[in-house]
Amino acid sequence: MIKKPFFGFGKPKLDYAGISGLEQGEVKEIPLPERAVLFVEAPHPTVSDISFQVGDEIKTGQNLKVSPFSKSTFTSTVTGAITDISKKTGYLGKTFLSVSIDVSETDQWDDAFSLAVQTSEPEKAGPYLNGLPGISDMDALIHPETPLKTIVVNGMDKDLLVTTQQMVVKSQADDLKEGIGYLKKITGNPKVILVVPPDLSAEAAKSGAQVQTITPSYPNSLPEMIMKDVLNQVVPAGTDCSSLGVGFITAEGVAALKSAVTEGKPPVTKMVTVIGKNEKTQVVRVRMGTPIKAVLQFLNTGALQIPLEQGDRLAIGGPMTGRSIYTEDMPVLQDTDAIMVQGKDQLALNANDPCVNCGECIRACPVQIPVNMLVRLLENSHYEEAAQEYDLFSCIECGLCSYVCEAKIPVFHYIMLGKYELSLMEQAEESVNG
Amino acid sequence: MDNRKLFVSSHAPYWHNGSSIAIKSYNIMLAALPAVLLGIYQYGMPALGVVTFSISCAMIWELVMNVVMRRPVSIGDGNAAVIGLMFAMLLPAATPWWVVLIGTFLAVVVGKQIFGGIGCNPLNPALVAIAMISLSWKGILDFNEALLNYELGFPMTYPLATLKYLGVEAVSEYGAGALLMGCHTGGIGSTFGLGLIAGGIYLILRGFIRWEIAVSFLAGVFITALLFKVANPETYAGPLFHLFTGYTLIGAFFLATEDSSSPVNFIPMLIYGALAGLLTVLIRNIGAMVDGVVFAILMLNCANPLLDKIRPKALGKEMENA
Repeated sequence: MIKKPFFGFGKPKLDYAGISGLEQGEVKEIPLPERAVLFVEAPHPTVSDISFQVGDEIKTGQNLKVSPFSKSTFTSTVTGAITDISKKTGYLGKTFLSVSIDVSETDQWDDAFSLAVQTSEPEKAGPYLNGLPGISDMDALIHPETPLKTIVVNGMDKDLLVTTQQMVVKSQADDLKEGIGYLKKITGNPKVILVVPPDLSAEAAKSGAQVQTITPSYPNSLPEMIMKDVLNQVVPAGTDCSSLGVGFITAEGVAALKSAVTEGKPPVTKMVTVIGKNEKTQVVRVRMGTPIKAVLQFLNTGALQIPLEQGDRLAIGGPMTGRSIYTEDMPVLQDTDAIMVQGKDQLALNANDPCVNCGECIRACPVQIPVNMLVRLLENSHYEEAAQEYDLFSCIECGLCSYVCEAKIPVFHYIMLGKYELSLMEQAEESVNG
Repeated sequence: MDNRKLFVSSHAPYWHNGSSIAIKSYNIMLAALPAVLLGIYQYGMPALGVVTFSISCAMIWELVMNVVMRRPVSIGDGNAAVIGLMFAMLLPAATPWWVVLIGTFLAVVVGKQIFGGIGCNPLNPALVAIAMISLSWKGILDFNEALLNYELGFPMTYPLATLKYLGVEAVSEYGAGALLMGCHTGGIGSTFGLGLIAGGIYLILRGFIRWEIAVSFLAGVFITALLFKVANPETYAGPLFHLFTGYTLIGAFFLATEDSSSPVNFIPMLIYGALAGLLTVLIRNIGAMVDGVVFAILMLNCANPLLDKIRPKALGKEMENA
């Protein structure tokens, strides 16, 4: 944990982990788990509608439609029999179907995939590409609401300590070139910019794309900051980058596209940075769907020991924007860039003090939000005023305000709660107005 | 019930920079120590008595209010102790015990707790108490009267009072060096200029107070006093005299910078400090009161919410009617 320096009257300075500083440079392979869990985002799933059931055999790479009435599909990353289907609710009330699979040791590959991705019709390839590692929403790139002018390939990790994307740029630079070519083909030939930290610019240059380096200090790799610093465009509050015709994809996603197209098989492994208790990190390659428990158990046989005990914190993602989870059974999914374990003696806990108006958050905020006023309104549930007067929707969700808060107020939590409550209000209004 | 491990879950971020209200409070007290120690050295046991009694009373009032209002006990954050210390630093060494008792009540209860405790006070609590005491009991904060029985080897008259009643000629004997070294009368902790400046710089470098406020306050005092001096050198004292006498230095580094009652944005901080400095000299030179720091800062405390409306545009915020 980076503490405030003894002499510190300016902004907090938090640098991203550079790839050169990694102690254990090589990527460790995690073996295939006995049981895998896949999550598929399904807005309103009723179990009776689901078009597959417990006992069904599925193949690796097989694309399954959740129900005849829904557009949601998912690609299996293992071969085996479905043992359980259940509903889960995640962050911000998102609902998921969790599908557990008993994994058989040898993979049987589904043929439909290679046929789909090798056609030049992006509509057919789309559903298959959605499940690739590092890609969260391919549809947004294939069918954007505003025509895409630029795609930013982010070779920089979202959070501190995480080196997943940087590792991809370093080790798969050649794949990026072909991946970018394919990406251009299926998205209507937009301009592609590859964003990397300065120490990876030589590797990135091999990709043939336009390379832009950014200062590796937090939160410069968040999309809104890249928009501002690299593209000189300001994202209007309350919208995202796609409204300006800019799409984002991770470097890992691009490398996965290349493998998918050239090999005709979907890549089923994900690079994950595992952050241990002493903040030592290890990059691993793991089959998507593997429970975190299996990843940690395997690592515990090696050099990086991560004993996970009652009272520790387990989170998916890095220290600033990760999401803490309550069970080791959560799987590694396509957007799991990091797994973080914090010992119970290292936890940064919130306190019950009110805001003392010290102004640290104001100085830390990268987008000039009057956080001191905003948090007062949010604490008292004045969400609409917070959005209108105090720039709630300008927030780019970096978490620096909570990090510097002297009173240890969970500012970031309040901000996300405010955004969520407003989205619920909007939904309610829409349903009333029809 | 399965024996699953339970993990601590909360919203990101999972890092914190380690700052806390208590650390800030203790550092403010540490920074104030040089000035307080010289005051105690000069005035002896009475000064020590006022300081310790004031800090203890402030903490007891805080505790009483915690119990009465059924709120969590908050003396651990050190804020009440800081208020008690600041209040004592402004008092003359010979202050009677009941003034300290009432003063800390006014500071902690009236100045802070009735507004909702730490962070909710619109005015600086110590200054609220000083203002009310000075308006209620005329002689208490009259340093000439209060320190009548002391003889410390330097003129035992309050420089600002001398300036006000006897004119600029009478204060020509005060050199800037002597003023900085604390060779003039005043509050227990407000005369040792060098100690206050050192403490202030320490707090600025550690990030506990804002340089914008301290520097603009001093600049406001300096420039306004300079303008007066240039306009009429026979009537008005020079800028250095105003900087090093009265409550100017403790005001700049310890009072005006109080978190809750001061602005947080860059330009508002500069305006706040500069206007408080300007007002200080205006009150001293053409107002009725001997020292203007107390009311100047209280006045600007009131303007704080308005000043903080001057703020940079948030990224992506669309201007209305643009």
